[in-house]
Amino acid sequence: MFEQFKNWFESRHDYAKDWKERTGGKVIGYFCTYVPEEILYAADVLPVRCLGGHEPQDVTEPHIFGMFCPFCRDVLAQGLKDKFDYLDGITISQSCLHLRQAYTSWDMHKPVEFSYYLPMPHHVQSLASRPFLRSELVKFKEAVEKWTGKTLTDADLDRGIEIVNTNRRLLKQIFELRKADVPPLTGLEAMYLVLSSQMTDKREHNKALKELLDQLPGRKVEREIGERLMILGSENDDVPFTEMVEDVCGATFVIDDHCTGTRYFWNEVIPKEDRLQAIADRYVDRVPCPTKDWPKRLRVDHIKNLVEEYRVQGVIVVQQKFCDPHELDIPAIQQSLKDIDVPTLFLEFDVTAPLGPFRIRVEAFLEMMRQDDLF
Amino acid sequence: MSKQKYPTEPLKLWGKAKEIRDNYYKNYRDAHEKGGLRWVGGAWSFDAVPAGLGRDVSNLTSEPYGATIAFNKELAKECLEAAENAGYARDLCAYMRLYWGSILVDKYPYGGGYPRPDFIWQDHICCSHSKWYQVVSDLEGGIPMYSVDVAAGPYKDVTPEKIKYIVDQLQEGIEFLKKTTGRKYDDELLIEAVKNECRSTSTWAAICCENKVKPAPLDEKTMYSLYVLATLNKASGEVADFYDELLLEVKDRVARGIAAVGNEQVRLMSDTQPPWAFLKVFRYLEQYGAVSVGSIYTFGLEGIFEVKEDGTWGPRTTPMQKGIEIKTRQQALEIMVDWNLSKPEWQHFYHPKLKTEMMVRIAKEWQLDGVMLHYNRGCEGLSIGIAENRLGLLKAGFPVMTFEGNMGDEREFDEVMTMARVDAFMESMNVKKGVFK
Repeated sequence: MFEQFKNWFESRHDYAKDWKERTGGKVIGYFCTYVPEEILYAADVLPVRCLGGHEPQDVTEPHIFGMFCPFCRDVLAQGLKDKFDYLDGITISQSCLHLRQAYTSWDMHKPVEFSYYLPMPHHVQSLASRPFLRSELVKFKEAVEKWTGKTLTDADLDRGIEIVNTNRRLLKQIFELRKADVPPLTGLEAMYLVLSSQMTDKREHNKALKELLDQLPGRKVEREIGERLMILGSENDDVPFTEMVEDVCGATFVIDDHCTGTRYFWNEVIPKEDRLQAIADRYVDRVPCPTKDWPKRLRVDHIKNLVEEYRVQGVIVVQQKFCDPHELDIPAIQQSLKDIDVPTLFLEFDVTAPLGPFRIRVEAFLEMMRQDDLF
Repeated sequence: MSKQKYPTEPLKLWGKAKEIRDNYYKNYRDAHEKGGLRWVGGAWSFDAVPAGLGRDVSNLTSEPYGATIAFNKELAKECLEAAENAGYARDLCAYMRLYWGSILVDKYPYGGGYPRPDFIWQDHICCSHSKWYQVVSDLEGGIPMYSVDVAAGPYKDVTPEKIKYIVDQLQEGIEFLKKTTGRKYDDELLIEAVKNECRSTSTWAAICCENKVKPAPLDEKTMYSLYVLATLNKASGEVADFYDELLLEVKDRVARGIAAVGNEQVRLMSDTQPPWAFLKVFRYLEQYGAVSVGSIYTFGLEGIFEVKEDGTWGPRTTPMQKGIEIKTRQQALEIMVDWNLSKPEWQHFYHPKLKTEMMVRIAKEWQLDGVMLHYNRGCEGLSIGIAENRLGLLKAGFPVMTFEGNMGDEREFDEVMTMARVDAFMESMNVKKGVFK
């Protein structure tokens, strides 16, 4: 049932190369989920997210100082090692400093025909961010038009919005099923859905999601559900860790707060006459990355709502080593969860997760939760 | 012993610089006793804006405050450990951890406990800026906070929309200030402060440009105690006047051939904040006749430059020098935003090549022989792209030495190793300790 999504994720490069051959279209690599994919789909460009490879590497040391997160170095390594040699363009929407370095070094050392830095505003809680982002989207659209040689009409933008919105809606509908006593999909399967959506033509992805949505409610789940967990924090595409928690430790992730998870698709573009303003509003209003979650910490309430709605019993808080934005939020998040009696386990991720020690810590965490039930 | 190559003499204004700095911290601490207001925010915050609340408003800027604590080894250790015990990661910005620690241990380096601010007025370009003060507010049980996002892109791409974004936030911010303090807002005071800021930051750039000559009249270690005034209070008349005076003194030193380092024979620049507890590195360089004449950091953290007609860097022409009369709040804010967006130290946040271009310019115009890059674990904002800067400088033909450390956490600085690197760097440039040509 999930094999297709898993294959798309694992064979992302083959997929993108094949897509290019099939369609003759351009492929752009994006570094952050604040990139407005709607405009790229409107231009018939395939956006694929540049993620790491989870393999030790030795190519980024001359380019990125070692105190920056392993994720940004892993992403840059993919570029330097030509894993994404099929890309026609790269783009980033302003978020954290670390990932920005991966983008700028890639831009310098692996030049492609189109490279665009979109200054996505940080002060999304200010009204001023809306017209500003719109003005930046006008420029981004013009740059994409110049690159592709195609003028984007309102109809094109409507089509782009609908493609991406449909994907968001379907993912959300599937995630809704995870609220059940026995969720019809595991955290790992949910992970494959979102990750594959970031690197697949969403029109094909939507078709597969619809078929899955038809089948899922009747799916018979053989495994024990165990503890209902949430996972949140920095970028996370660590499949072995998720697999270990669910298959070996016997718990189930029922929800997440990651940019590789719900933060990516939770909010839709609400249609407006002014299409670019509608797109801008979506990115201003989306569940924020910690880099943009100030002066109020809106994400904390969002996380608490998810905990309640998905009846989460414990939360695993993961952070890419050296990830400052998340490090700045984690004490507040842990405290707020403690205040509502939800236990947390903090784990620091690197390019590869140490599964042995992590297994011991997760099992201890689950055991602690079970003791609460006993006494 | 060989005769010293150039005459040296202490700066006449040294004592005054110290006095302004000391008074600044004491004024902030004592502001409430005098019926005034206290606010906190970054060294890059638009301090001209709260100036519109009255002349009895004092501020405490975060980074210089962190550096002040860092210089006090015992207090620094206490503060860092307190922040770590409270759950904050050890690899976060060292200034920020020192600052939080100061709240947690309730100690102020100038005596008394941490003086609680009335409001927070911050700006945001690195990931930590606004988050820093979310935590300050948490630790203090809630302090009204406003922060301005200035990350609208590099100055070369500036547009009216980018300026409007920041100006609109400042207009929102003024409403916040009025509501929070219950005070009326005086546009005349704002306009005066904007003029002061343009004057002080342009004059600091002019002072830095005096260091283009050989021998350099100022060394970077001395400059740290001078540039800091702009990081404290760039919009104050006192700082602007001080820089006017300082420029005259530095020009006089140049005219008389007074050197900062008597045996200057190697000219260097550094990068990012220095390890504050180990400024002795600069004294060690002097044994080789090596002088660090500045850096993007010392020049451009607050100094505002422009390319002059002859293609070289010089102080940016102020609106007053252009004959522009500032009449309204909107106009004052627009001028101030445009002025700040051209700040050299804001450009590299978008691409390392922008900083490399400026570094190569400095290396050429300031007649440098080499570059010492501080890979600063304490500041991700100024370290971003530093490895690419190294490659760019090497490509441009300048020898580069790197050393790893931390501006505010001495546990991450290896003094012996750093000095050994200096020795090797000097040897690679064929310079011997105590031998001056």
